[in-house]
Amino acid sequence: MSHFSPALRAKAEATVALYPKKRSALIPLCHLAQGQDGYLTEAAMVEIGELCEVTAAEVRGTATFYDMLHTDPVGKYVVGICTNIACMLAGGDDLLEHAEQRLGCAVGGTTTDGLFTLEETECLADCDIAPCVQVNHRFVRTTTPEALDALLDELAAGGRVDEIPSHGTLIRVERTVGLQVPKDVIAEERAAAGAAQAARMEGSK
Amino acid sequence: MSTTIVTARRAFDDSFTIERALATGAYEGLKKALSMTPEAVCAEVDAASLLGRGGAGFPAGRKWSMLRKNPTTYLVINGDESEPATFKDHYLIERDPHQLVEGVIIAAYALQVTQAFIFIRGEFALGLERVTQAINEAYAHGALGRNIFGSGFSLDLVVHPGAGAYICGEETALLESLEGKRGFPRIKPPFFPAAIGLYGEPTVVNNVETVSNLPWIVSNGGAAFAALGEGRSTGTRLFALSGDVERPGVFEVEMVKSTFRDLIERPELGGGVRGGKAVKAIIPGGVSAPWFFPEDLDTPLGQDEVAAKNSMLGSGSIVVMDETRCMVRAAWRITKFFSRESCGQCTPCREGSGWLERVLYRLEHGGGRMEDVDLLLDLCDNIAPGLTWPPQQTTICVLGPSIPSSIHSAISRFREEFIAHVHDGGCRHGR
Ligand SMILES: Cc1cc2nc3c(=O)[nH]c(=O)nc-3n(C[C@H](O)[C@H](O)[C@H](O)COP(=O)(O)O)c2cc1C
Ligand code: SF4
Ligand code: FES
Repeated sequence: MSHFSPALRAKAEATVALYPKKRSALIPLCHLAQGQDGYLTEAAMVEIGELCEVTAAEVRGTATFYDMLHTDPVGKYVVGICTNIACMLAGGDDLLEHAEQRLGCAVGGTTTDGLFTLEETECLADCDIAPCVQVNHRFVRTTTPEALDALLDELAAGGRVDEIPSHGTLIRVERTVGLQVPKDVIAEERAAAGAAQAARMEGSK
Repeated sequence: MSTTIVTARRAFDDSFTIERALATGAYEGLKKALSMTPEAVCAEVDAASLLGRGGAGFPAGRKWSMLRKNPTTYLVINGDESEPATFKDHYLIERDPHQLVEGVIIAAYALQVTQAFIFIRGEFALGLERVTQAINEAYAHGALGRNIFGSGFSLDLVVHPGAGAYICGEETALLESLEGKRGFPRIKPPFFPAAIGLYGEPTVVNNVETVSNLPWIVSNGGAAFAALGEGRSTGTRLFALSGDVERPGVFEVEMVKSTFRDLIERPELGGGVRGGKAVKAIIPGGVSAPWFFPEDLDTPLGQDEVAAKNSMLGSGSIVVMDETRCMVRAAWRITKFFSRESCGQCTPCREGSGWLERVLYRLEHGGGRMEDVDLLLDLCDNIAPGLTWPPQQTTICVLGPSIPSSIHSAISRFREEFIAHVHDGGCRHGR
């Protein structure tokens, strides 16, 4: 039995087919699995291992290297606040402290209702609107405690679901085409194109 | 009005859509490129003297020429942008994905590659969606896939999401990550993935901004690009300006023709230091770069010009710190970043960054000792012997030797501030 839903399984297989080697799909599949479950479950890692032809232990060993991949449950909304240099100069530490108080959890923790996980992030490459805040990797641009509070209220009340999907969902645009250029046809096409070009250049002389 | 190349669609809110892109000339450069030989396209890029925009500033044409003898197998675009205070690729990825896609196709044609990847930092959810959309549209438009625009050239392009690790910006770590592994930089030599890259095959890695310049270069000619700027720094460059300025943001300026002062002070650019304060220090090219001070403000924004002052233009990010800022705190925060992001393969980097971070922490937060200042320099010297610029390489990648830059800069210039932290039992500045 597949842990992935049928639709997700199909998407996962299509993703694997985009790469010359299956293992390359490992991280994209981890994102897909997080989209279904919110984090990387044991069952998902087993299935990803099967799809990428590596062991589940290798999936785990790889996934734990990366900040965005969670092998333990996280809140529906992961709130990341940057305190790196540009955001530090704009009061990032104060905003983070405010968020800790407001949510009643420390950095790395999750609220008791399971709604919010708070993270202190490194630079998110949005340093002109500082301090930078992301919710589920969407830039929300709430640079003041008041704006952040208003957003958290809105999310808690079930708002902005279109803009900020629950944690794990990363890319909502589906790729519509598979690979179009099979390696074996390429050699032939190349030769034909080369000959055509040579002929064109000959003709233009 | 100065020339804009990569931000030419800046005025349009819908610059990321295919409709707007096509209405403003997207894919015309590609059509022109396809009417030329791949060698001729390479020659234009050589003539443009386009330097890589990812940090190291290596000429794109030269990098490509290493492959011309080899059949290149892969082209990988680096959109991992995680160097602190660098946010120009973020702009290009979200605001002009078709320009990026067009640039990738042109590069792929010049290199005769049939599969290319755009690696985009996982935290750019919107950027990932926009580039995925642009790729779908490019296939539908005939700009990707089989027999592009009837030219006989074929290419597949795949967008690949990262998952949160600064080190994956280093090109060999990026390739490891793209192979589905942990982002551990590879041992050099080979110094370029051109020799051994993705799956051990020859690979070119170029930055997002680098390839975003290609549609313009092909359309207008390499000579027109080289006519902008001065010396080795040709064309324009994006600068990400942040920190204590009135108007932080991404600005495209002609290379060498403006100075740090212009960028910070001109009303249409940075608009001056916030609140009319004075500059205390500037980080000129990403946090790996040695700092600049008020006397360096008139340095032109050019690669060699900044190198001549013993720093680097690096990733094009400039952080301004005003006269009220605590330099211990700035050095501590940057070091904390390195300590967190070190991949852990090399002892000087892994242990050194953690140790430095702890010493800086106690200076900033109370508990610092008088000998700490020299201890910091001593530790830095262990990571980058001699504390020269560019630094001595003791580790697998240059993350390690970059750690001392901010600490060494801050202590050399503001030693008394460090001493005061010891006397005062921590920082007087507040945050
Ligand atoms: C620690 C480290 C981080 C890097 N991060 C990035 C990055 O985020 N984006 C980037 O384009 N290059 C980054 N680079 C530089 C790349 O290794 C590589 O030189 C660059 O992508 C090549 O593209 P270019 O020649 O077009 O500049 C980084 C290098 C190091 C050592
Ligand atoms: S220098 Fe640091 S980041 Fe680079 S490979 Fe060594 S441990 Fe990893
Ligand atoms: S320093 Fe915070 S987003 Fe860049």
